[in-house]
Amino acid sequence: MAEQTKREPTLRVAGLTKRFGGLTAVDHMDMNVYAGEVVGLIGDNGAGKSTLIKMISGVYRPDDGKIFLDGEETTFVSPLEARRLGVETIYQDLALCENLDASVNIFLGREPMRRSLGFLKAVDRKLMLTESQSVLDRLDIHIPNLRKPIREMSGGQRQAVAIARAVYWNARLMIMDEPTAALGVPEQRKVLHLVNTLREQNVPVLIISHNLQDVFAVADRVVIMRRGNKVGERRIEETSIDELVTLMVGGELVREE
Amino acid sequence: MRTLSRIWAWLFLLVLIIFFSLTGDGFFSLFNFQAVAANVAILLIMALGQTFVIIAAGIDLSTGFVMGLASVAGALAMTSLPADTPLPLIVLTGLAAGLFVGLIPGLINGLIIAKLKVPPFIVTLGMFGIARGIGFLMSEGMPIPVSIPGLGRVGNGYLFYHYPGSGFSFLQPPAGVTGVELRQLTGILPHPVTYAIILVLAAHWLLKRSRFGLHTYAIGGNQEAAVRAGIPVDRRVIALYMLSAGSAALAGVLYNMRFTNGAANSGEALLLDSIAAVVIGGASLFGGEGTIIGTVIGALIIAVIQNGLVILGINPFWQFVAVGVVIILAVLVDQAKEQVAE
Ligand SMILES: Nc1ncnc2c1ncn2[C@@H]1O[C@H](COP(=O)(O)OP(=O)(O)OP(=O)(O)O)[C@@H](O)[C@H]1O
Ligand SMILES: [Mg+2]
Repeated sequence: MAEQTKREPTLRVAGLTKRFGGLTAVDHMDMNVYAGEVVGLIGDNGAGKSTLIKMISGVYRPDDGKIFLDGEETTFVSPLEARRLGVETIYQDLALCENLDASVNIFLGREPMRRSLGFLKAVDRKLMLTESQSVLDRLDIHIPNLRKPIREMSGGQRQAVAIARAVYWNARLMIMDEPTAALGVPEQRKVLHLVNTLREQNVPVLIISHNLQDVFAVADRVVIMRRGNKVGERRIEETSIDELVTLMVGGELVREE
Repeated sequence: MRTLSRIWAWLFLLVLIIFFSLTGDGFFSLFNFQAVAANVAILLIMALGQTFVIIAAGIDLSTGFVMGLASVAGALAMTSLPADTPLPLIVLTGLAAGLFVGLIPGLINGLIIAKLKVPPFIVTLGMFGIARGIGFLMSEGMPIPVSIPGLGRVGNGYLFYHYPGSGFSFLQPPAGVTGVELRQLTGILPHPVTYAIILVLAAHWLLKRSRFGLHTYAIGGNQEAAVRAGIPVDRRVIALYMLSAGSAALAGVLYNMRFTNGAANSGEALLLDSIAAVVIGGASLFGGEGTIIGTVIGALIIAVIQNGLVILGINPFWQFVAVGVVIILAVLVDQAKEQVAE
């Protein structure tokens, strides 16, 4: 792994900072993610994890610092450009359009088009349906009716749609913010399996999770945040859940009774 | 469940038609139906753009006076042409002038809403006043007559004519039918209806089939999700308000042809009716829901109520009351639908 650090990281953030009014949500974060690596990003509620990844995916403009993808600066891109550059993100709040169906949500912003009436271009709904079905099959996730609006779906089904949307496109970097929060145990396993598949395909994954067992199951490395700062970085084989919890909450070692 | 409110609207329209047919003398006739359809065309055209804006969780309060402004611009442009200009060129000039002048407020609305994040209600309320003032300034406070031979027929003619004995003719009464014989002539498909049908089909296609239409629903459903999905939301919002202004401008130019004048207040009464048509048609003011067909039904419901009450000889002020009641009913049905869904 020593040679890995000499390679250009797929994602590099340097001094990244975001303030909301008087609150500094992310405070001069430095972090690298290398190809073929799964990095867990952990921290207590409000530590700044989601804010950090939203800067990487183009949702927030950083107040300070820089973001590089394969060495190229992408600090102020829009979500549109970030996706074009290959950054796919599963957001904690899922960011789905409740009034639209699953297949439309999976393709939103990148709809396949077909010729219509000879000279016009229409959205190819049929292709969206069949392709959605196939990506869900590949993920081994079952959604009974792809034409139902998201609003009529369960929390787990929504999450599956959000995951399928990110997975469909060949990502250069996959960001997952609490991807398993709403899922049952079998579906959680499938997501962790997906993370491993991405690693095998050399696609780096940045995964945020409150479930440290999950993080231990898939991550190669863990970055710990507290109050907007990076308070530690550990290789997974060099650490323990206890140590991570201590780093997350700060102060003394916290033990469960 | 999503179709419930639309079924409700269809049924309501049907009930209205049956009711007025039974009670109103002369309501149930081809002549009256065509008159209703021709009268609703301007309102409906204005409501088409509003449908898009409302589906995208916006609102455009400026359309009434944008229509007026466009009709003033159209009238000024057409009357400024030399007298021997061919009619098609005159019509095109009016159309171009009306559209050009009408699109400017739409562009400004869109830019301020998209880039400066001012709520649409405020921006378009401001534009309501601006378009009104400029319309009256341009017309010096008076309607502008457009007395161009043949222009009235562009707005009031029929696609076909039928004369007993000599069959159908296209666009013109059959040759040789003159004087009192014209009384037996039946026009079929008033031009405003043909224009409206073409625009309705185009709007329906745009909303249901195009990428722009899909993005309109997405923006209305969850604007933040639309941004994160990579939809160029600002550009879409600007286009939406230009579309709304553009359809108001087309309504203004049609007004020119139909009434052979242009007036800054020609669309004043239509703004609320056009929003009512969209809402009665099942669109949600919270965004994300609505269809062009629904808006057509909504506009027809308003037109049938207005026409039916006139035929029954009821004081026209009751029309306001009736349309108001229907708007509230429509929203109640919407809410009931939501509760059933939960
Ligand atoms: N849009 C916003 N406006 C204002 N403050 C915000 C905004 N987003 C986040 N914050 C604040 O920034 C801080 C970091 O929030 P963030 O969502 O990044 O935390 P997190 O680590 O993802 O927490 P969680 O584990 O609960 O998801 C919090 O104090 C939060 O209240
Ligand atoms: Mg978070």
